Amino acid sequence: MAESKYVKSKIFFEEEFEEKLAEVPTDPKGPWPANDNLKIIGKPVSRIDGYDKVSGTAVYTFDINLPRMAQARILRSAVPHAKIKKIDTGKAESLPGVLGILSSNNAQEIKWFNTSSLFDTHLRYQGDEIACVVAESEAIALKALKLIKIEFDELPFTVDAKEAMGEKAPKIYDEGNIQGGKPFEYARGDVDKAFQEADAIVEDTFDTQVAIHNPTEVHCSVVNWDGDDLTVWDSTQAIYGVRDTVADALKMPASKVRIIKKYMGGGFGSKLECGKYTVMAALLARKIGRPVRIVVDRKEMNLAVGNRPNSVQKLKLAASKDGTLTAISHYSYGAIGGYEGGAGCSWPARQMYKCDNVKVEEYSVFTNTGPTRPFRAPGYPQGIFALDSAIDMLAEKIRMNPLEFRMKNNAEKHPMWNAPFTSKLLKEAYEQGAKAIGWDKRNNQPGADKGPVKKGMGMASQIWWGGGGPPSHAVLKLNRDGSARVIAGTQDLGTGTYTFMAQIVHEVLDIPMDKIEVILGDTAVGPYCPSSGGSTTAPSVSPAVRDAAENMKIKLLEAAAAQLESEKKNLVYVNGLISDTSNPEKKIDIPGLMGKMGEQTITTTGSREANPEGYITQTFGAQFAKVEVDTLTGKIKVNKIVAAHDIGRVLNRKTLDNQFHGGIMQGLSYALMEEQIVDINTGKVVNTNLHDYKIPIIADIPEIEVIIVSEADPMNSNTGVKGCGEPAIIPTAAAIANAVYNAIGVRIKSLPMTPDKVLMALNQA
Amino acid sequence: MSPKDISRRKFIKNLGGGVVGAGVAIQTLSAKTRKESKPPSKSDSAVALTFTVNKKPITLLVEPESTLADVLRNDLKLTGTKVVCNHGECGACTVLLDGRAVYSCHMLALDAQGKSVTTIEGLMDGEKLHPVQEAFVEHDGLQCGFCTPGQVMAAEAILIKNPKPGKEEIIEGMSGNLCRCAAYPNILKSAVAAAEKLNKS
Repeated sequence: MAESKYVKSKIFFEEEFEEKLAEVPTDPKGPWPANDNLKIIGKPVSRIDGYDKVSGTAVYTFDINLPRMAQARILRSAVPHAKIKKIDTGKAESLPGVLGILSSNNAQEIKWFNTSSLFDTHLRYQGDEIACVVAESEAIALKALKLIKIEFDELPFTVDAKEAMGEKAPKIYDEGNIQGGKPFEYARGDVDKAFQEADAIVEDTFDTQVAIHNPTEVHCSVVNWDGDDLTVWDSTQAIYGVRDTVADALKMPASKVRIIKKYMGGGFGSKLECGKYTVMAALLARKIGRPVRIVVDRKEMNLAVGNRPNSVQKLKLAASKDGTLTAISHYSYGAIGGYEGGAGCSWPARQMYKCDNVKVEEYSVFTNTGPTRPFRAPGYPQGIFALDSAIDMLAEKIRMNPLEFRMKNNAEKHPMWNAPFTSKLLKEAYEQGAKAIGWDKRNNQPGADKGPVKKGMGMASQIWWGGGGPPSHAVLKLNRDGSARVIAGTQDLGTGTYTFMAQIVHEVLDIPMDKIEVILGDTAVGPYCPSSGGSTTAPSVSPAVRDAAENMKIKLLEAAAAQLESEKKNLVYVNGLISDTSNPEKKIDIPGLMGKMGEQTITTTGSREANPEGYITQTFGAQFAKVEVDTLTGKIKVNKIVAAHDIGRVLNRKTLDNQFHGGIMQGLSYALMEEQIVDINTGKVVNTNLHDYKIPIIADIPEIEVIIVSEADPMNSNTGVKGCGEPAIIPTAAAIANAVYNAIGVRIKSLPMTPDKVLMALNQA
Repeated sequence: MSPKDISRRKFIKNLGGGVVGAGVAIQTLSAKTRKESKPPSKSDSAVALTFTVNKKPITLLVEPESTLADVLRNDLKLTGTKVVCNHGECGACTVLLDGRAVYSCHMLALDAQGKSVTTIEGLMDGEKLHPVQEAFVEHDGLQCGFCTPGQVMAAEAILIKNPKPGKEEIIEGMSGNLCRCAAYPNILKSAVAAAEKLNKS
C-alpha cells in the first residue's frame, strides 16, 4: 500500500486560514504534462450526471419520499426583535394530522451559534425560529403554524449597521453591537507618511447591498432513524460538517450519523453549514418514530439562511507621479444580522496590489436582520468593487491608463507575507484580456460619446485563494470486468465534480468513461474530503483521485507480473494494456487481468499531497467589460465581458466555461439588479420572493469570452489545478462600474447600479 | 413487528435510563402525539380529477386547493417537475398542458381536468432521451440541474409552437425560466442546437 505521513496543513478556506492535521502521501506523484499531451483532461467532456439531470430522474434531497414520511415546517418570527413570553401550541396540536410540535416549551436546550440555542426565546431578526411542527402533510403543518399563539414583547430594533454602531442603538447583545467589541485591524508600512508624501490622492466612500444566495433547491433535509442510527439526506455543501454538527447537537457518536447528498440544487455558500432545521427534523423524527422531511420555503430562503452582507467602504489611495501605488487606507462596516458572522471586505485592499503602506479597519455589526453566510467569494466582489473603482480614479488623476497602472503595481511576491507564489500569471491575464476586448480602442475621454446612449469599457482585477490542500482522500475499486468505482466524501454542487473524478481515472488507467462510476456525498462510504467552498474542491480532490489511480496502476503492474511471470521492471502500461518489453508474447489487458481474480475487487486509496512550504497559492485574473448606458433612462446594458484568469490546470473545458458564465452572470446581476431591501420603519424585508428579488434571466446575457492563461500549477499538486468557482464572480461588478464611468464620465459608487442611481449621478454631475 | 420497531422501543427505553440522546425532549410528548395518527386520506372535499399524464389516462381524488405541481410530485411521484418559488415566478415547474408551457405550481390541478399533461419524464422514449434533453447534455445547458426540467420543457414548448424558432424567439420563450447557477449561455446554446437537430431529423 501507498505510504503516508501526517503534516500540519494550512489552508485558506473562505475568509480564514485553517490548520488541520492531515494525512498525505509520502510518494507524491509527479506533475502531469500539458493538457495537449493528455487524453481527456482539459477536453470539453459532457457531464456524466447530465442524463440524470435532464431526464428528471436525478433525485435531490427535495424529492426524497420515504414510506410513512411526515412533513415538518418552521414557525418564524414576524418581527425583527422580540422576547417571547408564552407559546401556546394547544390549538395547533389538536388539528387533525398534526404529529408533534417542538418549541422552547418542550425542547431541551441545544446550543446554537456561540450565543444562542435551537429555540431561543430572544428573537433577533424577522425569520428567527420559534417552533417546528411535524404533520401528515406540508399543508397541515402550515395550517398548524398559524394556530400557534405567541405572546411576546416587541423590543426596539436596529437594521442599519451605522445606526447599530451608535451609542443610542438598541443593544442586541449586552456587550454591544460590534462583534468582538472592536474592529478587525491590519497595518503595514506607514500610511500617514505615505499620504503626506504622495503626488496624488483619491478618497471616496462606496457602498454595496445585501445579496441573497437563493439557490433553486431550497434548504431541506429528510431524516430517518433506524434504531440509534440516524440517516440524513441533506441539501448541503458539507456532508462531514453537517454530520458533526448533528452528532454534537444530539450528543450522539459521529459514527451513528450518516449524511447523504447525491444531487443538490445549488448552494453558493449558503449550504456550507448545518441548519437548525436538520436538527429539528431529527428531534421530531425520533419523537414520532417516522421519517421526517423538512423544507424551508422561498420566503424563508430570503430571510433566514444567509446573505452576502452589505458594506460601506471608505477608501483612500495614494500614488506617486510615476504610477506607484504608495498607500491604501480601507475603513469599512457592514451588518451581520442577529448572530455571529462576518462583513469583512478588506482582503483585496490588503493583497491585490503591491503597496508598501496599507491600513485596514473593519467592523462587523450586529443588527436585527438575517444572518450572513459565505456567498461565492465572501468579501471579494464588494471589496474589489470599491478598490478597483478607486484604482481607476487614481490612475485617471495621474493621467495613466488604468491597465498600465495595474500592471505597474502587480505584486511579484505576496504583499502581506513577502512569500513567493506557486504560480502567478496576472500580467498574462491583463495582456490577453486587454487584447480580446480591444482595450486600445477604449475611449480615453469618459463620457465623450455623442447622443444619449454612451458606450464605455472598463476592467478590474481578481485575486482569491483556491489552491486547496490536504486532507482529502479517494478510494478506487476495480471489478472483475475491469470497471471502476471511485469514491470520495466530497460534494458536487453542479460544479462538475462527478465528471472530473471519472476523467482522472480514465486518464491514468484508460478505463472507458462509461465503465467508471463515481460515488460521492455519503459519509458512510466516502473517505474524508473537506466541505465544498472556497473553490477548493477540484484542487483538493483531483490530486487524491489521481493518487488513487496511480496507486492502482502500480498494483495492476504487480498483479500482471505475477500473472505473466514477468519481471515488474519489464512491464509497461499503455492504453490499458500491460505488456512485457522483453517478450512481446506476454501481454494482458485490464479486464483480462481482473478476470483472473474471480469476483474479488482490488482497492487503492489516494490522498492529496501537502502544499509546498513557504509558498502561497492563489488564483488571479482580470475581467473587461463593454457597456452602454442610456442617459435618458439610466439603464445600463452590458454588451461583452472578457474574463482572463490564472486558475491552474483546466480539468474539463466544458464545465469550466459554464462555471465562468455563471460566476460572471451572478457578478453582473450583483452589479445591476440584486438587492435585498429592508424597510427601516418596520425592520422587515420587503422583497422575499424571486419576483421582487431580481436575478438575471436568459435575456440578460452579454457576449462572454473566457480565456484561461494558465497551463497548470505543478508546485501546488499533482494535477496543478486551482479552483475557479469564486474567481469568476469577483471582478465583474467592478469592471462594469469602471466601464460605466468610462461611458458617462460620472462614477456610480453604490451597488446595484440601478437606473435611479445612474440618473441621480448624471443630474448631480 | 419489524426489527425497526423493536429497536426504536429499545431506544426509547434507553433514553429513559439516560444512556443516549441527552439532548432530546421525548419525555415531553403529549399522549396525543405519541400515538400513530391515521394514514393520510383524502378529505370529504376531495374531487375527482381525470386527465392524461404522459399519454396515460389517470383519474384520482385531489384536494381542490392542490396545485398541479403538488399532484404531479406528491400523488403521481413525478418528481422530475421541480418546485423552486411555488409562486409562478421562476419556471422550474414548467410542464406542457395540451402542448403549451404552464407553471404547474401556479395552477390548480383541477384546471387540468380533461387535459393532457406532459412532464419531463414524458419526454423520454423509454430510457432514451428526447432530442431537446440530448442537446442540454451535449451543450452543458445546466449546472446543478434543479431548474433543468423546467428549462427543457420551456424549450420543447417553443419548438412545438414553431419548429424553426429564431434566437430571439427562444430567448423570449425561455425568459420565464430562472437559473440561479446562471448557465444561460449554454442553455441558449442547447435550445438553439435542439431546434437545429429536430429540423434535420
